[in-house]
Amino acid sequence: MATQTDSRVPQIGQRNKKGQLITDPQELFLNSTRTPYFLTGSEVIREAVRRSSVDFSVAYPITPQSEASSLVGELYAEGYVGDYMRGESEFAVMGQCAGAAFGGARVFTTTAGPGTLRAFENFPMWAGSRLPIQVVFTVRGINSPLTIQPDTLEIAFMLETGMLLWHAESAQDLFDFMLKGYYVAEQPEVHLPIGVICDGFFVTHTKDMVMMTPEDQALPHYDPYRSPVVCMDMEVPPVRMMRDPFVMKSNYISYMTHASWQLEIRAAIERSRKHTIPLLDGLIEVENGDAEIMLVASGTAVSQAREAIRLFRDKGERVGLVKIKTLRPFPTEEIRRATEHAKHIFVPEFNVAGWLAREIKSTIDRNHRVVAGPHVAGGMTMPPEIIVEEVEKHMAHRRNKELVHG
Amino acid sequence: MANRIQINKEFVDIMPQDYLDLVESGTYETPNRGWKDFGTATELIAEHSLCAGCPESIAFRHIMASIPNPEDTVMVGSTGCTSLVFPMIAVHNIHSLFGNQNAIATGLKRALAVRFPDRVKDVIVLAGDGATVDIGLDMTLQSWFRKERFTTICFDNELYANTGGQESGLMQKGFLAKMAPVGKRFEKVRLPEIARESGCDYVAIMTASKPSLVEKVIKQAVLIAREVGPTYIQIYTPCILEIGKQSMEGLQEMRTSEAPGERFKFREFISPEAQSFLDGLAEKKKAEKIATTT
Repeated sequence: MATQTDSRVPQIGQRNKKGQLITDPQELFLNSTRTPYFLTGSEVIREAVRRSSVDFSVAYPITPQSEASSLVGELYAEGYVGDYMRGESEFAVMGQCAGAAFGGARVFTTTAGPGTLRAFENFPMWAGSRLPIQVVFTVRGINSPLTIQPDTLEIAFMLETGMLLWHAESAQDLFDFMLKGYYVAEQPEVHLPIGVICDGFFVTHTKDMVMMTPEDQALPHYDPYRSPVVCMDMEVPPVRMMRDPFVMKSNYISYMTHASWQLEIRAAIERSRKHTIPLLDGLIEVENGDAEIMLVASGTAVSQAREAIRLFRDKGERVGLVKIKTLRPFPTEEIRRATEHAKHIFVPEFNVAGWLAREIKSTIDRNHRVVAGPHVAGGMTMPPEIIVEEVEKHMAHRRNKELVHG
Repeated sequence: MANRIQINKEFVDIMPQDYLDLVESGTYETPNRGWKDFGTATELIAEHSLCAGCPESIAFRHIMASIPNPEDTVMVGSTGCTSLVFPMIAVHNIHSLFGNQNAIATGLKRALAVRFPDRVKDVIVLAGDGATVDIGLDMTLQSWFRKERFTTICFDNELYANTGGQESGLMQKGFLAKMAPVGKRFEKVRLPEIARESGCDYVAIMTASKPSLVEKVIKQAVLIAREVGPTYIQIYTPCILEIGKQSMEGLQEMRTSEAPGERFKFREFISPEAQSFLDGLAEKKKAEKIATTT
């Protein structure tokens, strides 16, 4: 059996064919020496893949991830990735990823915007088949007329696919989330696909300082025999999988099977918390938690909110921040606690729909406190002044209402 | 008796009899396995839920009896009548979505090649004509363009059977069906010819009426896919329900359709590379025979 004890698969403490030392994940994440590098987000994706012992990667060009997925090809040419190919469409790419994951490989791919939607049917299938594939979504607009501009609307479509979804604020998050994402997604009690999301262009095409783990250290290889479902490689004795295909049955057993399987996927998402919380230092990060006005955001909107807080501070006003790191699992309790004392909660977003505000409204009490906004869309930037203006406009409106009705 | 396919002694008393039968008298690791094993060995397919007399079940049995090394074969299916059978066959098999079977097989074959570089791991796609030619045509062709090393088998019943008999690309022109209310307006898609032009090293079109021929074609296709390049087999498995036949009439329907001049008359294409591979195999077999008789 080609298990982790197979002599071909280097174990912790051994070196792989590129001379990288296979390193205990906790040691790699928490104790390895980090060195600063000044890189684009696309280059950060390459560096995270280099350190992740990836068996198979499929690429397909779509802005703004094209550079990243071709850089992974260069890693393959250098011998860091087991196999690599260009697929023919995102729907096919996600099928190719699934086939490789069914066959016991650690898989990486990346897509964006219309690519995400073209591939969409695959994502709940991945989750239902318990395939711990990692896809980096470098999110961009999905509207017509054609756009390649940054926009986070596609995330709204991903929320109920059964995947783990982590939203990176920065290139540093992207690097850490990719490495840690494999570790959490492959835990036997989790074993789900993971979408590591970063905002297209703002993260992929800008240079940032990133503290990286050593280039000559890599994650242990994926062990498909720790999967909660059978690896499709004929290495375990075959069985007839079931006596009646559930697809054709309309009876209680069939309903129960499908219902309980869906619940199990959601339970597996929740079980990822205990692995994720120590690695990401919580599912949220809070700044000025005692402030009456709180900004709650994910992705690069967090960075803009940080700047807005600084502007408020200059004006002598104290405003707080909740950074959401994981959208699935959604940090419901954490957000409730962090906003417990807030009187006003603003949710700045890079999309027209305000899906994050909806998520928050549906999970916290006294949700009249939530203001969905400001929103920018279609590729607009979100200067911190817009956030300040939104807050001040809302507060002025509240004061006027109180004067009239008070 | 197989070596790799064994049962844990602790489980013998709790496993169902048909599982014990598979281990005891299945045909894993039997080099010359074939349809002649019917009746004496436990088959890899049992108790399918297809209609009584369905030619697809006949084709399925012949194929499962013929694949050269089931102990190292993984199959990929798609949505349709075949997906009712796959849960009951005794090799690992994958159903994921409708039409993506050749994309799944691409990733699977490559992953198995990365993980088992020194072992033979065959991948076989088996899907209906809707999956192969209509919704999945892009992925079918692209896997051939890329020369992916697996076999694609299409069960051609010339319509969408599982959804109740709708028009498909492999349906004959003029056939009156659901979604073809005035008869199909265009010709049956010529996928065997397209397969040849798309890079397949072996292509066969046939019915399932002759088990020996099915066995020969399947073995050739799997071995060529393993060593040379992609292979494609299109087998007529008429949907007796949708063409108004009785349960016992499937075999005759296949025979009629493979007569000279008919659309399923047996044809095969073998690329020069595949032919030289087959010649090599035949020579090796001959040499072995001489060695054992002298």
